Amino acid sequence: MRFIPKPIETLWTLFTAPVVWAAHFLFCYGIAAVYCAKQDQIGISFAAVRIGIAGATVVALVLIAASAWLAWRQWGFGAHDPPHDDPTRHDRLLFQGFATLLLSGLCFVAVIMVALPAWFVTECVR
Amino acid sequence: MAVAARPPPGIQPAGLACLTLAGCSGNQSALDAAGQEAASIAQLFWVMTTGGAIVWLLVVALLLYAARSRSHSEAAASRLILWGGAVLPSAVVVGLLAYALWLMPALRPFGAAAASGLRIEVTGSQYWWRVVYRSPDGVTVTSANEIRLPVGQRVELSLASNDVIHSFWIPSLGGKMDMIPGRTNRLSLQATKPGTYRGPCAEYCGTSHALMALQAVALPPEAFDRWLAAQAKPSPAVAASGAELFRRHGCGACHAIAGTEAKGVLGPDLSHFGSRLTLAAGILPNTTDNIERFIADPDRIKPGVKMPAFGMLPREDIRVLASWLRRLE
Repeated sequence: MRFIPKPIETLWTLFTAPVVWAAHFLFCYGIAAVYCAKQDQIGISFAAVRIGIAGATVVALVLIAASAWLAWRQWGFGAHDPPHDDPTRHDRLLFQGFATLLLSGLCFVAVIMVALPAWFVTECVR
Repeated sequence: MAVAARPPPGIQPAGLACLTLAGCSGNQSALDAAGQEAASIAQLFWVMTTGGAIVWLLVVALLLYAARSRSHSEAAASRLILWGGAVLPSAVVVGLLAYALWLMPALRPFGAAAASGLRIEVTGSQYWWRVVYRSPDGVTVTSANEIRLPVGQRVELSLASNDVIHSFWIPSLGGKMDMIPGRTNRLSLQATKPGTYRGPCAEYCGTSHALMALQAVALPPEAFDRWLAAQAKPSPAVAASGAELFRRHGCGACHAIAGTEAKGVLGPDLSHFGSRLTLAAGILPNTTDNIERFIADPDRIKPGVKMPAFGMLPREDIRVLASWLRRLE
């Protein structure tokens, strides 16, 4: 069994990073909203919530980086130049790899931006 | 045929610039800060504006460079696109976002940070503001259309509405916060300069939305304490001749005046009406003539107002009522 998956030709890998971004977004906003609404009934501090968000952020960034690495490999580690617009199987593969790589970059920055408020905001607003 | 003299070139842009710059000061300007929160917001504005201007200049410079120079190696162009088109903008945006977030805890009453003394409850109604002061020593004072704050002390505001969405905003003192029916929003303000500032309703709330404003008066702390203590007692002028007319004409059904039988809660509390700077929620100077006009035909001054017209009262009664109200200091 190999640890790093074999390259596959499917459109679905394109969505890995956006799905991670969405899940991370949902987790951060959900946990902060629920905690602040019910903080009297929940026996943990807001610091624990922030640590949870930090953990989720690290996991999300690692997943996105992995998706970006797989896309980079599919793109041939930059050995070919875009635009990859020939109607061939090879170009389709390269195009998809390149698009996935760019999308992963966007999602990486977006996840950082989603997590940033938890860095500065240390309490629930009253 | 006479030809209209053309203004010299540049005079129109200059005039426009003057008009624009005139908005940077005054008693309703977010850039002329008189409060800690407003100062943070003004600082944020300038940092963002400067950041935006630098980015714009860089982009224009790059554009000119690209238009003029002829040859580039493909590798250099790719590098420029990667660093100048993706990495740099991301870093700048994350940096500016981090700066804005770093300022945020000071702009909202987070947790224990705002455990303070004075609390002011402001409730928006079409088209006026009910204001209730609750001081830590248990004194409660009800007023309307004007808030007074002690300079240098943090004040927590509880904001609510009892009809539609209004929005509370005193640009010189701090940020904007909506007043939403069925919920209480909180805002904390700390005035840093004594003065009178204007706060318009900042969310369209009906016909007279533009005629709904409040005055915020920042006083030195001792003056504020004296003022609050005086407000907690009935006005010395309350026993004068107007009181009987106020009762007889049924004004007390909607208005309350401390020291009289009038306990109405539908309209603004008038206990110390004479000490307010303006009439009808920030739209007219508080003079006897204006009070007379408002009693006789409020809808003319403020279309859609809930108070019925009392123009059918004898002219003399209206005059006596108005001068009595003006003296309720």
